Amino acid sequence: MAEGPAASVRLDTAAGRRRHSEALAAWGLAGPATFLLFLLLLGPTAAVVVLSATDWQLGAKSLRFVGLGNYAEMFADRVFRQSLANTLLYVAITVPVSVGLGLSAAMLIEARTSLQKFYRTVYFLPVTATLIAMAVVWEFLFHPNVGLVNLLLATVGIAGTHWLNNPSTALFALCAIGIWQSLGFTTVLFLAGLKSVPRDLYDAASVDGAHGAWERFRRVTWPMLGPTLMFVLVIMGIRSFQVFDTVAVLTAGGPAKSTEVLLYTMYTESFHYFRTGYGSAITVVFLVFVLALTLVQVRFLDRRVHYS
Amino acid sequence: MTRGGLAFAVLRHVLLLAGAAVMLAPFVWMVATSFKPPQEIFAGELSLLPRQWHAVENYHQAFTKVPMLRYLANGLFVTSAIFALQVLVAVPCAYALAKLEFRGRTLLFTLTLFGLLIPAHVPAIPLYIMLWKAGLLNTYAALVVPFVISVFGIFLMRQFFKAIPDELIHAARLDGLSEFAIVWRIMVPAAMPALISFGIFSVVAHWNDYFWPLLVINSRELAPPPLGVAYFRNEEAGHDFGPLMAGAVIITAPLVVAFLFAQRRFIEGMTMTGLK
Repeated sequence: MAEGPAASVRLDTAAGRRRHSEALAAWGLAGPATFLLFLLLLGPTAAVVVLSATDWQLGAKSLRFVGLGNYAEMFADRVFRQSLANTLLYVAITVPVSVGLGLSAAMLIEARTSLQKFYRTVYFLPVTATLIAMAVVWEFLFHPNVGLVNLLLATVGIAGTHWLNNPSTALFALCAIGIWQSLGFTTVLFLAGLKSVPRDLYDAASVDGAHGAWERFRRVTWPMLGPTLMFVLVIMGIRSFQVFDTVAVLTAGGPAKSTEVLLYTMYTESFHYFRTGYGSAITVVFLVFVLALTLVQVRFLDRRVHYS
Repeated sequence: MTRGGLAFAVLRHVLLLAGAAVMLAPFVWMVATSFKPPQEIFAGELSLLPRQWHAVENYHQAFTKVPMLRYLANGLFVTSAIFALQVLVAVPCAYALAKLEFRGRTLLFTLTLFGLLIPAHVPAIPLYIMLWKAGLLNTYAALVVPFVISVFGIFLMRQFFKAIPDELIHAARLDGLSEFAIVWRIMVPAAMPALISFGIFSVVAHWNDYFWPLLVINSRELAPPPLGVAYFRNEEAGHDFGPLMAGAVIITAPLVVAFLFAQRRFIEGMTMTGLK
């Protein structure tokens, strides 16, 4: 009589012990990653938010909490406002152009079979090339006297300028480099998106009277590509927001602050002037923009799930 | 093919070739310039081949004026160290998230996903302070330590591990393998494609990274390739573009050549999430 419950208890503890040992093994395996995740990513991110509410300067003995003081100073500062405006302009140019051109290139590549792989390779090549090295090459291409850009313009009778040294062209020159570098990225993402459009939809559309390339595009490709388009827009938005390398090497934010961008301002404030608190506040603004872009995508995808 | 079809086929190639010419122009001009003597570069002529070959001199200078081999070796060392440590940390965690039951699993996975949203620039200031306090600024450790955790790696490997049948793991347990042994002897060999994508993603990102080395390194001996190019450019700009272009060729070549040999894997590795 007394054996029954005791046996079941023993069974329970055996099952419990197995679960317990599995959990123990799991934490043994996930422990180091969890610790490092907090130490190197989540902790520092939280620390940036805290630091942004202080007036701390790197190496200073004391710090004071200033609440939103850094943010108030930031938005009152002409350089920061210019930096934010430049970043937004850079994103507003780079994203639509590289997405538009990427979509066009992908559709042209996908339309016929010949040389598909060749085009994909060539368009993707700049994505793999070290941006800093290619930035130095672009600086040479933009050279006012002996650069390829002005030499080519001269053959059709256009007088070029010192693209990177002219306040009214420098940011656009950097946009051009950014577009050149990311076009292959968007192209490849759209190629994958186009491949996932079911062939029979095109057949069905032509039965419904959708003849001609434009009708097929309007009725099938465009709606089916919606999620891919959203994804590419957001990813490109996030990538463009992070523009730094070309600015740091080629223009240092100049001339006349015309290429000052968020991350570069963050870099100079934090690591040249050692205004850590203020630099942290800029980082937080940068993070808010990036997270907002992601949120747009998540909301859009949620809605899509409800539709399907 | 109909007349319209043929016309479109031609138009397609015309447009795509024009695009291809723009995409390739910087590479072509970089290589062409690296073969030219200064007087031809400053003559501003639109010719691809030099009249007088200066390739040997330019490349020789790129290797001797700056410690180019050292930059390349630094890049190789740092990227391999980062990836090796990332695998060591991320793979066991990914296995636990994919296949084991434990309290806090959902929370840990959520935190990993949240980590994916944080650009690498965000934790930079506190990481810099930590390395400074630890006396590690301007060391190899400063280049490696911040990146040993890869949330992308955890996420990617976890997704791949989930697709591996549980029976494989049960069989291994019956054979008396520990969970640790299952990770390295069963899961990793089965997840090679994902591991390669992870590797390409990681190596490309860190070989090309400029932001972080710029913050923590100030001696030439420790500079990875992008920082090395920037030093070279600051010393050379406006003087002589031949050696500078030769330097750019040398530093872009490893990844570009690797890409040409393993295109599918590269494109997978670099676009899989598109994040970061």
